[in-house]
Amino acid sequence: MNQLGDRKFLIIGVFVLVGLMFIARLFYIQVIDDSYKLDANNQAFRYKTEFPVRGYIYDRNNKLLVYNEAAYDLMVLPKNISKTDFDTAGFCELMGITKETFLKKMKKAVQAPNSPRKESVFEKQLSPKDYASIQERLYRYRGFTVQSRTLRKYPYKIAAHMLGYIGEADKTTTEKNPYYNEGDYLGISGIEKTYEKVLRGKKGMHIMMVDVHNREKGSYMNGMYDSIAVPGKPLTTSLDADLQLYAEQLMQNKIGSVVALDPSTGEILAIVTSPTYDPNLLVGRSRNKNFAMLSLDSIGKPLFNRSTMASYPPGSTFKLVMALIGMNEHVLTPTTRYPCARGFPPLGGRPKCHPHPSPMDLVGAIGTSCNSYFSYVFKSVIEDKKYNNVYKAYGNWRSLATSFCLGTKTGSDLANELRGNVPSIKYYDKIFGKGSWKASTVISLGIGQNELGITPLQNANVVAIIANKGWYYTPHIVKAIDGNPNDTILDRFKVKHYTEIKDTAIYNAVIDGMAKAVEGGTAASLKIEGIPYCAKTGTAQNPGKDHSVFVCFGPKDNPKIAIAILIENGGWGATYAGPIARLMMEKYLKGKITRPDLEKRMLEADLIRKLNLVPTTNR
Amino acid sequence: MRENKSESIFYNVDWITVMIYVILVFMGWANIYAAVYNEEHYVITDISQKYGKQMIWIGTSFILALIILIIDESFYTAFAYVVYGIFMVLIIAVPFLGREVKGSRSWFRFGDFGLQPAEFMKFATNLAIAKFLSNQNIKIADYKNTFVTLLMLGVPMIIIMKLQDETGLAIVFVAFIFTLYREGLSVNYLLLGFLAAILFILALLVNNIFLFGIIGVLCAVSLLFIKRSRTNLFAVALIGIVACGMVKGTSSVYEHLEPHQKIRIDVLLGRGTVDLKKEGYNVNQAKIAIGSGGFLGKGYLQGTQTKYDFVPEQDTDFIFCTVGEEWGFVGSSIVIILQLTLIIRIVFMSERQRSPFSRIYGYGVASVLFFHLTINVGMTIGLAPVIGIPLPFFSYGGSSLWSFTVLLFIFIKLDSHRLQILR
Repeated sequence: MNQLGDRKFLIIGVFVLVGLMFIARLFYIQVIDDSYKLDANNQAFRYKTEFPVRGYIYDRNNKLLVYNEAAYDLMVLPKNISKTDFDTAGFCELMGITKETFLKKMKKAVQAPNSPRKESVFEKQLSPKDYASIQERLYRYRGFTVQSRTLRKYPYKIAAHMLGYIGEADKTTTEKNPYYNEGDYLGISGIEKTYEKVLRGKKGMHIMMVDVHNREKGSYMNGMYDSIAVPGKPLTTSLDADLQLYAEQLMQNKIGSVVALDPSTGEILAIVTSPTYDPNLLVGRSRNKNFAMLSLDSIGKPLFNRSTMASYPPGSTFKLVMALIGMNEHVLTPTTRYPCARGFPPLGGRPKCHPHPSPMDLVGAIGTSCNSYFSYVFKSVIEDKKYNNVYKAYGNWRSLATSFCLGTKTGSDLANELRGNVPSIKYYDKIFGKGSWKASTVISLGIGQNELGITPLQNANVVAIIANKGWYYTPHIVKAIDGNPNDTILDRFKVKHYTEIKDTAIYNAVIDGMAKAVEGGTAASLKIEGIPYCAKTGTAQNPGKDHSVFVCFGPKDNPKIAIAILIENGGWGATYAGPIARLMMEKYLKGKITRPDLEKRMLEADLIRKLNLVPTTNR
Repeated sequence: MRENKSESIFYNVDWITVMIYVILVFMGWANIYAAVYNEEHYVITDISQKYGKQMIWIGTSFILALIILIIDESFYTAFAYVVYGIFMVLIIAVPFLGREVKGSRSWFRFGDFGLQPAEFMKFATNLAIAKFLSNQNIKIADYKNTFVTLLMLGVPMIIIMKLQDETGLAIVFVAFIFTLYREGLSVNYLLLGFLAAILFILALLVNNIFLFGIIGVLCAVSLLFIKRSRTNLFAVALIGIVACGMVKGTSSVYEHLEPHQKIRIDVLLGRGTVDLKKEGYNVNQAKIAIGSGGFLGKGYLQGTQTKYDFVPEQDTDFIFCTVGEEWGFVGSSIVIILQLTLIIRIVFMSERQRSPFSRIYGYGVASVLFFHLTINVGMTIGLAPVIGIPLPFFSYGGSSLWSFTVLLFIFIKLDSHRLQILR
């Protein structure tokens, strides 16, 4: 029997061995292998993103420009839809769709770029009313969930380009910035883009527990791991909604741009790109359709933000800069007179000029925008003896010119700014060959033509610099974030930038010239009673009809507004651009219009039709 | 003094065993509560819920235990065959007399409560085998006696499997192999069984022809190490042929299994493609629940997988998932260690018996508990096929708790009289 008694050791050994095996196995699946935890979370947790309310946008007088409206996306996770239990007929009835539509949408949800394991939008942006009707019964349809969203609304229908629009994050975005998931909304253009981080707030995450039937069972650990959505902060812009609306009305049926700044602060008061569109068009379910429609207009290009993205030859405005540079380099005084023979005499009348008395002094040249005069000024700057070298002189000229924030982005908070162009020596060396170009080769730079490129925003900023006599704040549209004008994000707009021309007497000479243009020059018909202001009319040559250009600031002393207007193919500055600037200035400074005749003419002017720019439909 | 003490029914009762039993029962109850936890019925004594019913089963089990301790120990030896006979009649009668519940014909129903006689067949059989093998004239090594013993085990096994269709309850009788081994069953039988099991698994995983080759090579190699006598040659050849026959037999046995049984084997062995939504669902969900518990678990009543019904049968056969998820590695290890402690304690207690009857019965108890533990926990962590048998003292259910209580306490009673005369 003793022999058999030893058998207990084997038996106990087997028992212990099995126990150890189990404990080892448990250690593996519970402690070492993490995949079961993931599986468990995927099954029992539903991660609900709580999208924060996007920040509202106000104008400078606290008028609401942008607010939100609730909408609901119906999301589907195809892998959670049971092949056997799903009540397709009931679901179609609930949603009010046919079975064919359902199958089509499901196919879309399964195919690339979607996948059965990825949640995608089944039905976009249901109204709160539609949502209410399906909400209660939705739990029966495992695989479907609702995601609340906010849609932008624009009560004023203005400033579409400046405000920009919202779009869905795509793969590139999500790869670059892990904050976003595909399909999240984010600012694509305008200040919606530049202030995205401020406006969007912070997404919240709720972990809900669900049972095997996909019924919600409350939040996980009483919400210990949840995060609450932080609402986006509201923005106060410097825009004057009334002025903006007025400018947009005046600009209707014209192609071009208006930028109005407060020179003393750099705040943008109005920024118009025409033709524009109702920002409400790019919101909600019809957005894609409307976007396609707007893209089809190849002449007006309403989606093209001319204010910051169109580079025009600066034309007349640049003559003001030329005058400042000439005086700064002591090759020009206000009394310097140059002849004009319907063009620049030394080069056989090129660049051409229009008929006007000759010769003239600086004030006269500014008033008449004489091409010959400023060609002389440019020549004298470039061939300035004190540099002994044309290229050094050109380098100096370029440095002075670019200190007016030309050829470089202003650094404003408007999205998608173009830098414009002030050609570099390298650039000309490439075109003409090293050492084989001189002042006369590039003479039309002096009158703001040639390769010079300037955006309407830069143009307005140059005017503001002249109004301020040598300095500027970076133009910007946002005045305060969440009511706080001292938010650090806005610090960069509180830095005064000085040009390389610091002598205020030099500016005074130019300002006098601009004032004379209104008192008795090219803008004499555009006087505003009681408000002496400074202006410069002009045309910018381009392959078609000249662009109508007008820049001004007022009042002359202590300027409150600086405006730059460009109307494509508008001809003379005083024809369209001038009156519109004048009306805006009066509206802003006086609050009422004393020239209803002018206002009526401008509102009715239809340059697009007049120039036969309306696209004809092919039949 | 000593006289007085021995009159107490608790005299010489092994309190360690009783304590482990009580701890396991209450742990089970707490985990049943967690598994079916329902905020609307949060009172653990609510008898409309399973945990309320389990409370009743626990209470009655204690009464049963008390009754068993009161009954004179000689009753169990005297009436071993009678008890065996009664339950044999019951398990044959159930399919005809009992009401069919959810396709199962193994239950007697009394209103809300049901009893499964097959559960009690375990202790009845244990008693009968102990009685038979403890006969001083019986040596299990005799082929005849082996045959009788196997018959005593096989008959209820076949009845339960065939008449009641309760594979899980039937397969438990295999556990008695430990008892038989302890009592002198030839090691050859065990080796044969072991070989059969290995070959069964291999036959399903490896190409049969390849397997035949391996067996041939192994036989040839073994000849190099043993004396090449005619008998040995013959023996090796016989083993080789038997092995090949087993391999061949496996395929035909496998083919004759029920589809769901085939699938369970496939799932365990990872054969073919397993659809985790269908046949692989239970095991996969069980593993997810246990695996997600981590080291310390999610905390009591915090298990998402078990509480929210992802794991099927989580209060009965898959109760260990709740333990694994809510108590983590630490909790599950404690449960396994407690169960094994109880089992090994019983083995030691058996060995201290003077009476062969008590010893054999004790080994039966340990074997049955061990078999349940192995299969039940094994299936939840993917080490054993899914066979529906309860985790002793843990799983919800009156029949199983009663039967385990009876099984255990008869032994505790026998043990308390170990110092008395030989039976």
